[in-house]
Amino acid sequence: MNVQYMSALIAVVVLGFLAYIGTEFLGLNSLFGIFIPYLAVCFFLVGAILKVMKWAKSPVPFRIPTTCGQQKSLDWIEQNKIDNPSTTPGVIARMFFEVLLFRSLFRNTKAGIKEGKITYEWEIFLWVGALAFHYSFLTVLVRHMRFFLEPVPGLIGIVETLDGFFQVGTPGVLLSGVVLLGAVLFLLSRRLLIPQVRYISLMADYFPLFLIIGIAGTGIYMRYFARVDVVAIKQLAMSLVTLHPAIPQNVTVSGILYVHLFLVSVLFAYFPLSKLMHMGGVFLSPTRNLANNSRMERHINPWNPDLKFHTYEAYENDFREKMIEAGLPVEKEA
Amino acid sequence: MTIPREEMLKIDNTPPRKSWMEVPPDFSKGKFCYPSQIKALEYLKMPNPREWSPTDEDWKLPPNWQEIIHKGFKERLDKYRSLKVFMDVCVRCGACADKCHFFIGTGDPKNMPVLRAELLRSIYRNDFTLAGKILGKLAGARKLTTDVIKEWFSYFYQCTECRRCSVFCPYGIDTAEITMMARELLHLLGISIHWIMDPVSNCTRTGNHLGIQPQNFKEIIEFFCDDIEEITGKRIEPSFNRKGAEILFVTPSGDAFADPGTYSFMGYLMLFEAIGLDYTLSTYASEGGNFGLFTSSDMMKKLNAKMYHEAKRLGVKYIIGGECGHMWRVINQYMDTMNGPADFLEVPKSPITGTVFENAKSTKMVHIAEFTADLIKHNKLKLDPSRNDHLKVTFHDSCNPSRAMGLLEEPRYVIKNVCNHFYDMPANTIRENTFCCGSGSGLNTEEIMELRLRGGLPRANAVKHVHETFGVNMLACVCAIDRAVLPPLMNYWVPGVSVTGLHELVGNALILDGEIERTLNLRMEDLPGAEGEGNDDDE
Ligand code: HEM
Ligand code: SF4
Ligand code: SF4
Repeated sequence: MNVQYMSALIAVVVLGFLAYIGTEFLGLNSLFGIFIPYLAVCFFLVGAILKVMKWAKSPVPFRIPTTCGQQKSLDWIEQNKIDNPSTTPGVIARMFFEVLLFRSLFRNTKAGIKEGKITYEWEIFLWVGALAFHYSFLTVLVRHMRFFLEPVPGLIGIVETLDGFFQVGTPGVLLSGVVLLGAVLFLLSRRLLIPQVRYISLMADYFPLFLIIGIAGTGIYMRYFARVDVVAIKQLAMSLVTLHPAIPQNVTVSGILYVHLFLVSVLFAYFPLSKLMHMGGVFLSPTRNLANNSRMERHINPWNPDLKFHTYEAYENDFREKMIEAGLPVEKEA
Repeated sequence: MTIPREEMLKIDNTPPRKSWMEVPPDFSKGKFCYPSQIKALEYLKMPNPREWSPTDEDWKLPPNWQEIIHKGFKERLDKYRSLKVFMDVCVRCGACADKCHFFIGTGDPKNMPVLRAELLRSIYRNDFTLAGKILGKLAGARKLTTDVIKEWFSYFYQCTECRRCSVFCPYGIDTAEITMMARELLHLLGISIHWIMDPVSNCTRTGNHLGIQPQNFKEIIEFFCDDIEEITGKRIEPSFNRKGAEILFVTPSGDAFADPGTYSFMGYLMLFEAIGLDYTLSTYASEGGNFGLFTSSDMMKKLNAKMYHEAKRLGVKYIIGGECGHMWRVINQYMDTMNGPADFLEVPKSPITGTVFENAKSTKMVHIAEFTADLIKHNKLKLDPSRNDHLKVTFHDSCNPSRAMGLLEEPRYVIKNVCNHFYDMPANTIRENTFCCGSGSGLNTEEIMELRLRGGLPRANAVKHVHETFGVNMLACVCAIDRAVLPPLMNYWVPGVSVTGLHELVGNALILDGEIERTLNLRMEDLPGAEGEGNDDDE
């Protein structure tokens, strides 16, 4: 038992109940269906922009890329242009691999001690799990655009076709939702089972995982088990995006949908305040987004202080006699 | 070290049951670096010089110490985007955890880079974030107490600023950067270590860490020339503080002071003699290293300023820098920004090969390995690698030239041309993945020897692998700290492996015009056939 994950789990469960009770029994449909989603989106947009601006406000005084390959030096030595870029295109390539393919995480190894020797194994599962999680999240997000766009753009259709590659039963199983849930459960179990990772984990690490489990769980439940009224949901969604919000009157919207929607709202609102901002931070990390060219081009530090250092003159004043005696040249004879 | 190797290898890395916030740091003997002396701090005009010991209950902090830290933290958040982003974006995925040599060697969870960073981040959350202020411990925030300061002192001096963790972090979070900030904060309270502040104060006054005065510096180099004369029959007459030389040569003072660095210094002198280079040494800028890097950005700037200052005074065209790890981080990533523009110098061009060093066209400072590799490529050196035939050599990439520069092939190219037997260590332990010697960033101090041996374990383990597989008996490196700390590390973990600088190998292979038949190597040992196991392994 651990207060960090228990409190995260309880928080998510309580939030889910709030939405369910609020809409099924207290009739607060407008609050959970209209007011909170709007607020959350505003909070997300404003918060994320403010956060990025806050980061950007601090300068980058020094050029500190972490170089992960051969530098550019002599013509006949092949430079690693991506892992140790010296030009902007190189940096763009490096960032491309970082952001879209989690290049650094791909390097992951696991250290151990066997028979008095330290061993390193390539540990690929975190990378696989992380990629599966993020890309299925993205796919789910794109698919949801179907609720918010009329007519539904062709691209979303394509994504859905790919996603529904394995046609089992009706409605067709969409891979992304299942993978999302699976990947999140994997990341959660990693956190709980690897002693070191568990030791460093905070409520703030468990909370988004439980939240996403809640979201994916309610989503899957609605799609495959409850068979909720999709027309009603589309009506609600369209009313939200067209800024004519209205709770559909002629059809019922399931309480589960409100739970789903509320947890998504919480995720959106929580985003700018939390580590989820790694999405923005990864672009601003000075060890990754700078070229290793500081011997070729001077990098400017806007606050470069003017400091007094121990000059040659002070040095010679200190040691002049000894220097003369040793036959070292001096500026001023004693 | 009296602890048997098998004992040392019993590393238990199961985390304690208690939350890390409740586990106090260990200040028993041998677990901490000695604090700096009053006179060094006073000379450097650093705050709060006083007599204190980490074992004391009361560290005699200034009365408003919390305010000092809060303000200092805020100031640094405003000055460094790196700090701000790194404080916010860690997802605690743990990918960095077992990448740190100190975690591998000690098993102490606070030596996982992520947790080291959390030591600072927890205060950041408390002081600067909404969630931390409201949720407290649940959000990973905690109040700043004297125990936190003690913990910082312990763990930010168990990080060698090697940046290995940042290679593996998906956001490039560089715990070295965080350690640098934390050490700056500690300095505001007058908390620092002797092994860093003493060299810094020496370097300020005499121009080098070891406090070598000008006349002695000249004498030492002349001793080297005596040895070279005995070995080669040729007298070399280097110049000092000479105006109008084409090139200023700066190397760490460790090379002048302690074996086996001294042999590399002899190698430099012989190389420059062989090609007839018009260069001078400076007694004022007689330190390539910069312990200011381990102190604060201001201190680093002040010490580094001497190189350009002296280059300008002497009217040289450009600077060549010797073999040193952290020195090259300063030169590659900070020097031009801090103390440039070096518009009084010219773009470096090798007077022998005509190669223009475009990669150094702004700082105007070339690494000796780049310079020598270019000479060899153009066939400008007469070499007899068989003189190194009794050596089976491997190469230790120093952290900074690898991860803050990318100097990987140049030294290997040089080694392969001056030695016939070269074997790289396993890929997980070299180049950008290289493991620290365990004593970088000013931690090469005697009192924490156990920690250093533990931190150096991953490096030693990889050497042991090539020692057992290929019979490697010589560990080459391009760093003065390495040359000082790898010998005791090898002695403990892999007896039978000695340590050398790159240019010692060059000096041994190099054929000078008109030299006598050599019977001795630069260590004054018989050539050839002599076993490569010298007695120079003790510090
Ligand atoms: C450019 C966009 C993004 C990039 C490059 C990125 C990258 C990463 C990486 C490399 C990890 C570490 C691996 C892991 O623990 O799984 C991670 C973790 C995580 N990301 Fe993202 N991410 C991005 C966007 C997002 C978004 C939009 C979310 C929204 C929910 C998100 C949620 C998470 C969560 C919850 C974790 C922690 C997983 C755990 O606890 O183990 N990420 N991200
Ligand atoms: S690898 Fe980076 S994001 Fe992951 S725990 Fe370490 S510092 Fe945090
Ligand atoms: S910089 Fe090196 S010593 Fe410091 S935490 Fe990272 S891996 Fe460990």
